[in-house]
Amino acid sequence: MLKVHAKELAKKQREISVAEFFEKNRHLLGFDNPRKSLLTTIKEAVDNSLDAAEEARVLPEISVEIVELSETRFKITIEDNGPGIVRAQIPKIFAKLLYGSKFHKLSQSRGQQGIGISAAVLYSQLTTGKPTLITSKTDPKKKAHQFTLKINTKTNEPQIIKDDQIEWKNKDHGIKIEMELEGAYFKGKQSVDEYIKETAITNPHTTIIYTNPLAEQIIFARATEELPVEPKEIKPHPYGVELGILIKMLQSTKARTLQSFLQTDFSRVGPGTAKEICQNAKLLPKSRPKTISRDMTEQLYKGIQATKIISPPTNCLSPIGAELLEKGLRKEINAEFYCSVTRSPSVYRGNPFLIEVGLAYGGEQDKEGTIRLLRYANRVPLIYQPGACAITQAVQQIAWNPYGLSQSKRSLPVGPLTLVVHMASVWVPFTSESKEAIAHYPEIIKDIKLAVRECGRQLGIFINKKRRIHAESKKRSYIETYIPHISEALHELIGIKKTEKEKVEKLLFQILEKHRGKLEKIEMDNPDYDEEIAKIGKEETREGKKPSVSQKPKVSEKPKKEDKQTKLKE
Amino acid sequence: MNVGKKIKEIGEKVYKTILKKKQPELKMPLRSLSNVKYDPKDGYFELLGKMKVRALTASMVKTFAQTLKMMALSKDLIEKDDMATKREAYYVSKNWGEARFKEQPESDGIMDDVEGMMMVNREQLGFIPEEKGGEVAGKLIVIDQDPDTKKEIRIDCTKFGSGAYSIPSSVEHLKFETNAKFILAIETAGMFQRLVKHKYWKKANCILVSMGGVPTRALRRFIRRLSDAKKLPVYVFTDGDPYGYFNIYRTLKVGSGRAAHINQYFCVPRAKFIGITPQDIVDYKLPTHTLKDVDIKRAKDAVKNDPFVQYHKEWQRAIKQLVGMKVRAEQQALAKWGLNYVIEKYLPQKLKNQKTWLP
Repeated sequence: MLKVHAKELAKKQREISVAEFFEKNRHLLGFDNPRKSLLTTIKEAVDNSLDAAEEARVLPEISVEIVELSETRFKITIEDNGPGIVRAQIPKIFAKLLYGSKFHKLSQSRGQQGIGISAAVLYSQLTTGKPTLITSKTDPKKKAHQFTLKINTKTNEPQIIKDDQIEWKNKDHGIKIEMELEGAYFKGKQSVDEYIKETAITNPHTTIIYTNPLAEQIIFARATEELPVEPKEIKPHPYGVELGILIKMLQSTKARTLQSFLQTDFSRVGPGTAKEICQNAKLLPKSRPKTISRDMTEQLYKGIQATKIISPPTNCLSPIGAELLEKGLRKEINAEFYCSVTRSPSVYRGNPFLIEVGLAYGGEQDKEGTIRLLRYANRVPLIYQPGACAITQAVQQIAWNPYGLSQSKRSLPVGPLTLVVHMASVWVPFTSESKEAIAHYPEIIKDIKLAVRECGRQLGIFINKKRRIHAESKKRSYIETYIPHISEALHELIGIKKTEKEKVEKLLFQILEKHRGKLEKIEMDNPDYDEEIAKIGKEETREGKKPSVSQKPKVSEKPKKEDKQTKLKE
Repeated sequence: MNVGKKIKEIGEKVYKTILKKKQPELKMPLRSLSNVKYDPKDGYFELLGKMKVRALTASMVKTFAQTLKMMALSKDLIEKDDMATKREAYYVSKNWGEARFKEQPESDGIMDDVEGMMMVNREQLGFIPEEKGGEVAGKLIVIDQDPDTKKEIRIDCTKFGSGAYSIPSSVEHLKFETNAKFILAIETAGMFQRLVKHKYWKKANCILVSMGGVPTRALRRFIRRLSDAKKLPVYVFTDGDPYGYFNIYRTLKVGSGRAAHINQYFCVPRAKFIGITPQDIVDYKLPTHTLKDVDIKRAKDAVKNDPFVQYHKEWQRAIKQLVGMKVRAEQQALAKWGLNYVIEKYLPQKLKNQKTWLP
C-alpha cells in the first residue's frame, strides 16, 4: 500500500513560471554576485539602447549614472535617445521574462532572447523590494509615459503599480530606466568602467556619458558620424533549423503548400531546391503544411540535410571593420605595431557569421604576463567566463611561437600584446543565457583561428624585424667600441695626429653606416592615443574602499574564485 | 726588408683605405692544417695560400683592432731594440681597454697572425717565448757568445754530469763541434735522465736531446741547424700514443699547421721515428693503458686532416693498428724487462733494424 497517495502529491504539483525559475536560478542570467549583477544590469540596458537606436537609424547617445546609496545599494539611471517604446508594450518588455522582438527574427543584434532587461528588473525587485521606473517618449509633440513596474513572479506577468503621463522636457524621444539594486562597485578588470570603455571602442558611432559611483563623469564622444551598415533581417536557412522548430514553423506558416512554405519561410530556397527537398523527403510538394505529421516532418528534416542548398546570404552582417577596429585599439593602447583583419562571412548550423581580429603589440604593454584577450560578440564586450569561450580556446590552440611569442602548451601566449576578436552573427551561440562565452562550434573556432593567424603572420614579420634591428644595433655598438682603438693603434703605428685620429674615427663610423646600411628604428607613432581612456579599467580596486567587508561571505566566495580563474587565464 | 718598415707600410695602407672611405682590411695566411701541403722533397708543411681577412664586422673588429695594436707594440720594440716575452706582451694588452686580451692564448694567436702577415718569426718582431728550448747532453760542443763582450764561449755537453745543457730561446748565432753519429730526440725528461745517467751518449756515440713534450721552436731550430751543419741523422723516441706520434714527432719533423708560415725554418725533415711504434707494443709485449677518447679522436683527426699522415701509408697502417688494439704504451713501460733494458736491448735493436722505424 502506498503511504501517500498520488492525489496528495498532485496537490503540490503545479506549473513553474519562468520568472519563478529565474528567481531561483539568477546566476544563469549573470546575476551570481553583487559585483557582476551591477555590470549585467547596466550591460543589458546599454545593449538594448544601442540596438534600438541603430534600428531607428539614430546615432546613439546613452547616459549611464550609478549613484551609491550605501556600500551595497546602488541607484542606476540609464537614458537613451532611441525611438522609445509605445505605451502598450512597456510593461511586457520590462516586466515579463522572455518577451521581446529579437528572438523570432534572424538579424545581427546585441540582444537576442528577451530576457536581459526584465531579468534586471526582477533582480532589483528581489534585492530591494522596490519597483522599476520606466519613462518612454516616442514623439517630440506628445507627453511621455511613465510606468512604475514590478514582475509577478508566480505568473510572469507585469504588475503595474503606477501608469502616468508626464512632461519630459528637452527630449524628443527615448527611454529612461531607473532602478535600485544590491551591488558592489570595483574598478579594474571586469568592472563597469572597463565594460563601458570596451563598448565605446567597438561602437565608435556612440556617445556614452558615464558617471560612476565616485561621481567621476567620463564622456566617450563618438568618433564617427556614420551608423554601422543596417544589418538585414534574414529568414532561417534550412540547415540551421532543428526538428522541433520545423514542426512549429509548419504549424504557424501562412503558406498553403509545402513547396511554397519552403520557398517563403526559408532563405536560399527557390522552386528547384524546394522540389528537390520534397523529392529527397519523399513528400508531395502540394501537401498542406498543417497536415504534415511528426514522422513526415522528420522525413522533411532528413530531406533538407540530403539536399545541397547554397549558403545563407551574408549581407545581413554588419562588421565593425578592420579600420575602425584598429582605430579603437590605437585610442586605448600606445603600441609599436597594429593590424586588423575582417574575414569574409562563414556559416555554422545555417547561421551566417563573420570574425574580425585586431591586435596591438609592444609599447607600454606588460611583457611578462600572458596577452590581453578582448572578446566581443555583436559589438558587445564579453567580460566574464573567458575560459569557457570558443574565442579563448581558438587562440590557445594556435601555435604562437612562429609569430614570435612564447607560449606554454595549450595556453594563451606570453607577451606585450592585446588581441581583439569580434564575432558578428545573426545568432551568436552563447553557452548560457547570461551571454558570457561563445559555444565551441568547430566552424567558428576554425574561422577565428584563420583570422588570428592572418594577423599573427603580420605580427611575426614585425617581431622578426624588431629582433633583427635589435641584434643589428647591438652588433653595431660592439663594432663602434673598437673604433677608438683602431685610430689609437694607427696613431702609434704611423704617428697620425689628434685631428687625423678624429677624422679616422668619423670616417670609420661612415664606412660602417655605408657598409651595414642605415639602422632602422622602431618608434611609437600613435596620434590617436588617449591617455585618459587608456587609464579606465586599469586601476585594480576602488580607493579608500575595502572590498568584501560588507559582503555576505557566501556571496563573495564565488566571485573570488572566478576572479582568480580569470586572472590566470588573462 | 726591415720588419719595422714593413709594419708601418701596412699601417699606412689601412689609413689610406680609411681616408678613401673604404672598408679597411688586414690579410694574413690562414694558420691551420687545412692550409698546408706536405711534399717530402721539401720536407715540411708548406702554406697553400688560403688567406683570412679581418675587417669591420662584429665577429672580426676586435681582433682587427688587436692586430693593429700588436703591430704597434712590435714596431715600438723594434725601434727601441727591446724584447718582450709572449707573457709580457699579454700583460701590455691589459692597458688597451676593451681591446685587451682575456687570456694569453689569445695574444699568442694574434702574435702568430702578425708573424704570418710579415712572414717572419716572432723574434724578428721583438717577441720571445718564455719557455726553454729543451736540454742536451752528449758528444757536442756548443759555441756561444758572452752577451756583453761577444767573446766565444765553448760549452762541452759531455761535462754536465747528471745534468744537461739548456738550449736558449734564440739559437741562430750558435755554432757546433761534434763527432757524434746521430741525434736522439726523447719525449720525456724521465727517459732522458736515465740515458744521461748511464751515459748512453758515450756508448752509442750520439747527442741526446730532451724535448719535454711538444718541441719548442727553439728546440726544432736547434736540432735543424745542428743536423744540417754536421749532416747528422735524427732519431725520435716518444711514447707509443697519438700525442707522441703527431703532436711531438710530426711537429718536430714537418712543423705545425698553426705556425705554417715559419715551418720552413722550424722543422727537421731528416728526423725518423724509431719508437715506440704500435708493432713494438706487440713485439716487446709492453704493458699498456687503454686509449682514451681524446687519443682516439686525435688519431682519427690525423688520418682525416693531417697531410703528413695522408702522405705516409706506413703511418696510416700504424694508426689503424694502434686504434685496433685500443692501447697505448709509454717509453718507460720498457722497464718491465729491467730498468736498463732500454739501453741494453731496445735502442740497439731498434737502431740496427731500419725496418722497424716509421717515416
